[in-house]
Amino acid sequence: MPNPTGNPATPTPAGTPTQVTQGSRTRGGIGESTLRPDGTLKVTGEFAYSSDMWHEDMLWGQILRSTTAHAEIVSIDVSEALAQAGVYAVLTHDDLPTDVTKYGLEYQDTPVLADGVVRHHGEPVALVAADHPETARRAAARIRVEYRELPVVTDETSALADGAPILHPHRDDHHAGHVAHPNIVHRQPVVRGDAAEAARRADVVVTGEYVFGMQDQAFLGPESGLAVPAEDGGVDLYVATQWLHSDLRQIAPVLGLPEDKVRMTLSGVGGAFGGREDLSMQIHACLLALRTGKPVKIVYNRFESFFGHVHRHPARLRYEHGATRDGRLTHISCRIVLDGGAYASASPAVVGNAASLAVGPYAVEDVDIEAVALYTNNPPCGAMRGFGAVQACFAYEAQMDKLAKALAMDPVELRQMNAMEQGTLMPTGQRVDSPAPVAELLRRVKARPLPPERQWESTAGADVRALPGGLSNTTHGEGVVRGVGYAVGIKNVGFSEGFDDYSTARVRMEVVGGQAVATVHTAMAEVGQGGITVHAQIARTELGVTQVVINPADTRVGSAGSTSASRQTYVTGGAVKNSCELVREKVLAIGRRRFGTHHPAWATAELLLEGGKVVTDGGEVLADLAEVLADEAVEIEAEWRHRPTQAFDLVTGQGDGHVQYSFAAHRAVVEVDTELGLVKVVELACAQDVGKALNPLSVLGQIQGGTTQGLGMAVMEEIVVDPKTAKVRNPSFTDYLIPTILDTPTIPVDILELADDHAPYGLRGIGEAPTLSSTPAVLAAIRNATGLDLTRTPVRPEHLTGTP
Amino acid sequence: MRVNLTVNGRPQQADDVWEGESLLYVLRERLGLPGSKNACEQGECGSCTVRLDGVPVCACLVAAGQVEGREVVTVEGLADYARQREQHGHGGHCATGACAAPGTSLQDARGWSATGTDSQTGEGTALAPVQQAFIDAGAVQCGFCTPGLLVAADEMLERNPSPSDEDIREALAGNLCRCTGYEKILDAVRLAAARQERQGEAV
Repeated sequence: MPNPTGNPATPTPAGTPTQVTQGSRTRGGIGESTLRPDGTLKVTGEFAYSSDMWHEDMLWGQILRSTTAHAEIVSIDVSEALAQAGVYAVLTHDDLPTDVTKYGLEYQDTPVLADGVVRHHGEPVALVAADHPETARRAAARIRVEYRELPVVTDETSALADGAPILHPHRDDHHAGHVAHPNIVHRQPVVRGDAAEAARRADVVVTGEYVFGMQDQAFLGPESGLAVPAEDGGVDLYVATQWLHSDLRQIAPVLGLPEDKVRMTLSGVGGAFGGREDLSMQIHACLLALRTGKPVKIVYNRFESFFGHVHRHPARLRYEHGATRDGRLTHISCRIVLDGGAYASASPAVVGNAASLAVGPYAVEDVDIEAVALYTNNPPCGAMRGFGAVQACFAYEAQMDKLAKALAMDPVELRQMNAMEQGTLMPTGQRVDSPAPVAELLRRVKARPLPPERQWESTAGADVRALPGGLSNTTHGEGVVRGVGYAVGIKNVGFSEGFDDYSTARVRMEVVGGQAVATVHTAMAEVGQGGITVHAQIARTELGVTQVVINPADTRVGSAGSTSASRQTYVTGGAVKNSCELVREKVLAIGRRRFGTHHPAWATAELLLEGGKVVTDGGEVLADLAEVLADEAVEIEAEWRHRPTQAFDLVTGQGDGHVQYSFAAHRAVVEVDTELGLVKVVELACAQDVGKALNPLSVLGQIQGGTTQGLGMAVMEEIVVDPKTAKVRNPSFTDYLIPTILDTPTIPVDILELADDHAPYGLRGIGEAPTLSSTPAVLAAIRNATGLDLTRTPVRPEHLTGTP
Repeated sequence: MRVNLTVNGRPQQADDVWEGESLLYVLRERLGLPGSKNACEQGECGSCTVRLDGVPVCACLVAAGQVEGREVVTVEGLADYARQREQHGHGGHCATGACAAPGTSLQDARGWSATGTDSQTGEGTALAPVQQAFIDAGAVQCGFCTPGLLVAADEMLERNPSPSDEDIREALAGNLCRCTGYEKILDAVRLAAARQERQGEAV
């Protein structure tokens, strides 16, 4: 195995990612459901996740976290911890090597280790490195930290009250100047037309206040990685992340190292869903490795993982919808308050999304929108699948149902009547310039036959596994009522608001064993979504090869941007396609040089690479690729960009802020045990426009997975934070529930492929849209079954039974 | 303390085991078998499911000392285990150690890596039917839950070769997956059962 550090003195740790190679029995290009190139490694247990990394002589790192949400640190005594046998280092803020002691995705406001004050429960205070993880844990428990409690800020009222504690008194970020209060991270209004004037035309007005709980990404592979000190004074870091180069930009200054001395390689990633956008153990492991001179591995357990990454913003949303008697929307006004917790993380961008997508996929000319994110002492919140659009969708879809009820209209008809389409103006003034089949998606989920009533009945009696309460055997059908609900949502694809959202791909083509082989090297984080599968497919389609080698993602190639915002197939897929096209031009130039005189067709521009050969567009074979290349290798590394976007105006919210929009609709069928407040989701059908399904099997997997996370948010998932102490009450899989296979219904999926002409192959980013409409569809179905208002999610049994 | 156990048909010995260590820690950190995953360390997620004397257990909840003299099968040994079951008929698994013949040596387990001839889609690698079905059905995304699910699903198919959907859901209810929404996992288990049945008919 080649030494990935390029440093012969550093032995390669076990679990270092290797290349994966994929041949194919079929052509294996785009549009086929080719199988994952890492599939065999993953089913044999051989695939090395970041928590599987191992190095001879390595130490284990442990983080001591604050036991309180807001306090001054009076003193820290590490002497007893340091004296433990097997302990190699204990570090606090005072040990940080440079003046750069904070990091952050957008604002550098997050201390690497607490600097005299802690602002949330579970904030890192000190680090330990020891020769056994249990030794490190016990040593951390012997660090004595004296806290002086400070009053906590937990919601908008306490954050903006007179004399409220200011969490970040010396803000110098780019939003500090325009917010009305230093505890507001960012505020984005979007104003178009005149909502107050339009309200006079409304025959019906409905208002509602909605509460959205705090959701956790709950990826299964906890935060982990291995930092190996190098002889050149740098460090090699193997880690699970969503964006290597963003990590690098934040890590290197804290370590006081130039970026080229922090060499990062992506280890196996056990899911992400936004929770790995922010740094977790990266800097801590590097600090300990550089201090001790030994490799240091850090692996969070589940308890720590709940404190180790940001969550989805909980939100309070107030909406007003108006319509004429025939069901046309007159106006929408809303105010969305997102709780960003103690540090900014991705809050500013989440605000931008919530504001710009606040009215949903509907055409309405007069809107008055405001979204804000707050600093509080609650756990920091940031990116999670759906990113600001999820909270809004829950509220605006509840409002559409409420409006339909007030108008005595069918809720799907009302939505279809107001559905946006290609050409509609967004509230931001941006014209939707590719297909927006909102009404059609709703039609498709509605047209699907309903699952049979009383599906739990069998000849042998009631199968309790198909009933609310399941194997708890709480009902055999008594008190069980059915409900059906619909929802549709809109999500942006890619990074927005003027961000330079590029990716980089290095593609090499050469002859190996008599056969032309392509090698694709990007820094894209494969987190399970199947990006590497798609890269191999694109290379086959563009270069006509069978065998594609996918190199491990690392920082020796340019940035791929984040595996976030449903963007990687679009942007890094676009970069791979672009680099393949550049390679193809070079290969053809070689061919013309070598064989141009053999056949006049070489002079035409319409040559293709297919099946390992250079062919004309008429299918005539001109040469074998292996002959053309001979012993030459062609390699290109190039950046690729989608269309630029614009920042939103800070006062009006106007601007072409988004790259592309993505739409999905759901129909939920639920059965509710009204006596116990238990919900069984019977079916959760989805229809989504994907532009072009590069890998249909993976597309289904994304839609079903996203749908299920939305289901979890509807009926079970919530991080419960004590409103008095701001401490997390349920940091475990015993108390934070995610859907099991018994909780998850069949998820029939209807895929539409309406090309977006601006995107590579016409594709549309797909990962997030299904997470939006799933939650409100389930809520609508429960309301339909019970007749209750249900203004908060997740719904708990007491909300259905009225138990205090 | 010293712990003697049989893992995937091979006798193993772990030294200097601390009394608080779990079977999962011994497998992952002492025996070089990190296939079993640690996602919750409290028996809620099933990612560390292994078979202990044939019975599926969460390895994180089994103290290392409890496995003294016992037989463990992990995802790394699943292909061999399934092959031997095939040779000895249904239920003829190797929990007794009587048919431990080739097994997977520690060296082999450590040395596995992708090779040029291995397409990573199953060709060229001996896989248990349920492993191949997970690949074919698209049941693997991030893959962190996969080892535990495979061990649990394989055990269910051994007991119940023709499971209903409700049987599959019940058997796999202790294994959390965050990526797939379980639909493709159901597909994979159905596929493995169907292939098993077809093979049974052919014999």
